[in-house]
This record gives sequence, C-alpha cells and structure tokens, in this order.
Amino acid sequence: MSLKQKGWKELPIAGVCWKPATEYLTGDWRTFKPVYDLEKCSKCLLCPMICPDSAIRWNKGAQEIKFDYDFCKGCGVCANECPMGAIIMVREEET
Amino acid sequence: MEITQEQKAFALNGDEAIALAIKQSDVDVVAAYPITPQTIIVEKFSEYVADGEVDTEFVCTESEHSALTACLAASATGVRTFTASASAGLALMHEILYVTAGCRAPVVMAVTNRALSAPINIHCDHSDSMVERDSSWIQIYVENSQEAYDSIIQAFRVAEHPDVLLPVMVCLDAFFLSHTLENVQVLPDETVQKFVGERSIPLVTGHEGKNVPFKLDPANPLTIGPLDLYDYYFEHKRQQEEAMQMAASTIVQVHDEYGQLSGRRYGNGLVDAYRLEDADIATVCVGSTAGTTKSVVDTLRAKGVKAGLLRLRTFRPLPIAEIRNSLETVEAVAVMDRSNSFGGNGGPIYHEIRHALFDAQARPHVVNYIYGLGGRDMPQSIIRNIYTDLQEIRETGQVNSYVQFAGVRE
Repeated sequence: MSLKQKGWKELPIAGVCWKPATEYLTGDWRTFKPVYDLEKCSKCLLCPMICPDSAIRWNKGAQEIKFDYDFCKGCGVCANECPMGAIIMVREEET
Repeated sequence: MEITQEQKAFALNGDEAIALAIKQSDVDVVAAYPITPQTIIVEKFSEYVADGEVDTEFVCTESEHSALTACLAASATGVRTFTASASAGLALMHEILYVTAGCRAPVVMAVTNRALSAPINIHCDHSDSMVERDSSWIQIYVENSQEAYDSIIQAFRVAEHPDVLLPVMVCLDAFFLSHTLENVQVLPDETVQKFVGERSIPLVTGHEGKNVPFKLDPANPLTIGPLDLYDYYFEHKRQQEEAMQMAASTIVQVHDEYGQLSGRRYGNGLVDAYRLEDADIATVCVGSTAGTTKSVVDTLRAKGVKAGLLRLRTFRPLPIAEIRNSLETVEAVAVMDRSNSFGGNGGPIYHEIRHALFDAQARPHVVNYIYGLGGRDMPQSIIRNIYTDLQEIRETGQVNSYVQFAGVRE
C-alpha cells in the first residue's frame, strides 16, 4: 500500500479518513498497465471518456494522451475500445 | 442511600416511563416505526411533540431499517437521537445495528423484548436482543419500569462518553414491563436535563489533516464509515472492542452518579446480586423474572435454604469479573434463559456464564433452564422447582440433565 500503516490506537475512529482519497494511490493495485503508441492514435478522445477512473487525460498542447499511472487500475477498457489499437496492455514488472 | 432530589411518583407502564425519560433528556431526533409492544413509547412521545412539550424532530419512517438509519445519520451530525423496536423490527434493523456501532454513533434504543416469528408471537422473549449481542451495542436489561426510566437517562451519558461512543439498547420485557402499570419515581425536568447535559463531541483527524469535531459539518468536512479494506477494517473493529471494555467502568460511574440524585442503584450497575453473599445455590437471569425470583429466594431463605440470585443488568459488555466473584463460592447455579440458541446446547446466558466461570478457582455446577418463550408465564412454582433441583445437585454432586425446558408441556 502507498500509505504508512497506522495501528488501531493511532487511527481515527469510525473509519474517518485522515488523508484525502487523492493521496491513496490505487494504481498500486494494477497487474497490467496500458502502453500508448502515439503514431497509431487518431486523437478520437474515446479513451479519456470511457476510463472509469478518469486516469486518462488529453494533453491539448502536446496533442497526445497521458495516462495517470497513480490511479490507473489496469482494467483494460481503453485498450479494448481504442479503434486504432494504439493502446496495448503490458504485464507490470514484479517488484 | 442519599436522596438529593425530590421525586414525584407517577403511575406509568414501562413504555410510558421511557417516553417520559426521553422527554426529559433533550433528545433532538426520534425516528421510529411502530411494533407491538413498543408502540406506546412512540405514541406517547408523539403526543409530547404534537403538544409542543419537546423540541424534537419526529420522523415517521417506512420501516425499522430506515428508522435506525435516520437516527444514525442524525447522530452523525452531532445531535442526540433515540429509537425503539422489538422482535421482527429489531431483526429488520440488524444490518444497521452493525453500521451504527461501526460509525460510533451514540444512538439509544429501547427494546421491548418480544419473541421472533414464526409462528407470530407478540409476547415476552429475549430472542430478539440476544441475537444482537455481537453487534457492538451495549445491552442493559431492566427488571422493572422504574429501572427502565432510570436506565434510559443513564444510557445517553454512557453512549456519548468520549471513551465509549457506542450505541446502547435498554431492554425491557414485553407486556410484563412495557404494558404493566407501576409507581415510577420521576426526577424533576431540570435534574435530568443537567444530568444528561449537552452531547460532547470529541475531536478526530479529518482528511484535510486538521483535528475537527467528530460530526458531519460542511464547515469541517469528514467521511464517517467509508470503504475499509483488509488493511484497516480489523483495526477499526479492535477500537470498538476497546470501547466496550471502557464502557464497563463508564456504566458503573454513570450509574453511581445517578444513584446520588435518585437514591436508586441496581447492584453496581453491571450485576445486581440478591442474597448471594453466603448462598449455596443460586439462579442467574435477566429482566423481570428476577423480580419473581427474589420472592422465591425470600421464601426459601425463610425456610433456612441459602438461596440467592444474580441478575445481570449489563449483558454487553459481559461483566466477567463480577460474574466470577459472585458465583465462585456458590455450589450449584441454574441459568434461566428466556431464549434459546437452537442446536447450541443451551441458551446464550448459560453459554456465557459457563464461559465466565471456566477459569474460576472454584467452579459450581452450572445448569440451564430455557423458560418463558413466547411469553409463557414463569411462575414462582417453576422457579421453586429449579431451586429444588439445585439442592439435589448440591447434595448428590450429580447433574442428571444440563439443559432443560422449564414450563413446556411434554
């Protein structure tokens, strides 16, 4: 897990969150990670729309897709939906 | 006993006594659904609301599940809440009982102990609350309507104590207590108000990193009771157990403080022993049966039999030390259970008494009588027979049958 693990005496009661959700990096949970090929991308913007975690952003300046690997859970919907095959799922390295 | 407050006697049944206790305790929200025999509590209280005698938000919900949810949600904003149920209604609330305790909401509930269906039975039986003993709710079982009145008032103080922050259910017997008229000594409004006081809200660390009051407030946003995965759920449950341990001493303390105002105490607040100090034989029970049993004990004592009774007032947290100290020197003990754990070789109180005594220095014979299910009357004659059985066990050192059903037609 990405956060330091507190014991029961230190934790706030009732499951009260002491950190905002943006600091809990669910990207930790990934097994497969999306890899992007800019050359195949048609800039259709389907993938930022369908990502269930809003972990894909369109970088207007650079005219390319950017994955937020802190929060991408590797569900593979983007790779599945991309009409150009510009996203492939690659197994994460064992750490 | 010092009585520092002048009290007035009112003829009230258990339900009315509770409605009056709620009225005096400055409760902010009451959300409830009717079920026999708790209906009078809510009907009476709604009269107070309609007549403008209380400043309470009264919410009529479509079910008990919603009633407790409404109380929990209101409680999470920092206000004082109350509800009441029984039997199937309590069973319907089951899911939310755990949620309420997990959210550390100090909701107080009156449970008029009634049998569970099927077949449908509206009468006195402890099955409804016994099954909820694992829910992390504090459980107090009262012997009479006076104790119901006293215990509801004390319940708010116990639940809201910063070391506890657990919901409390005050259990009273269906009809025998809920619907039976008694002289109840009532404290003045100001005395009760002062005793319960304002709900104190402890501080907790929120997600903005600040220590803020433990209540839902847009000024200091908090998330209470969110998704908890296998990496933290266990720690949160360990906290609840700690709160239960702290509750025991809090109950004793609050009970004693109330005793100074009212002149009434029930043992030490956890257990109420009757003529037990030198007893050879004793019974253990909760609820109104204790009252009947005291008469039996007096009759036996007059004949020279050293009989005694241990009434458990607080069932959760289980007062293990008091149970052990009270019963260690007794030679034969009969636990009377007004509920059964089917297939479990005896009722719940029996299991827990045996558990409490397992490591005791001297262990009495402990036997079980399941009685009174579905409101079957428990007369003095049956209780006398139980004591006779205990005498035989004491004399022979033999137990013929550990678990029996007292009062059922064979």
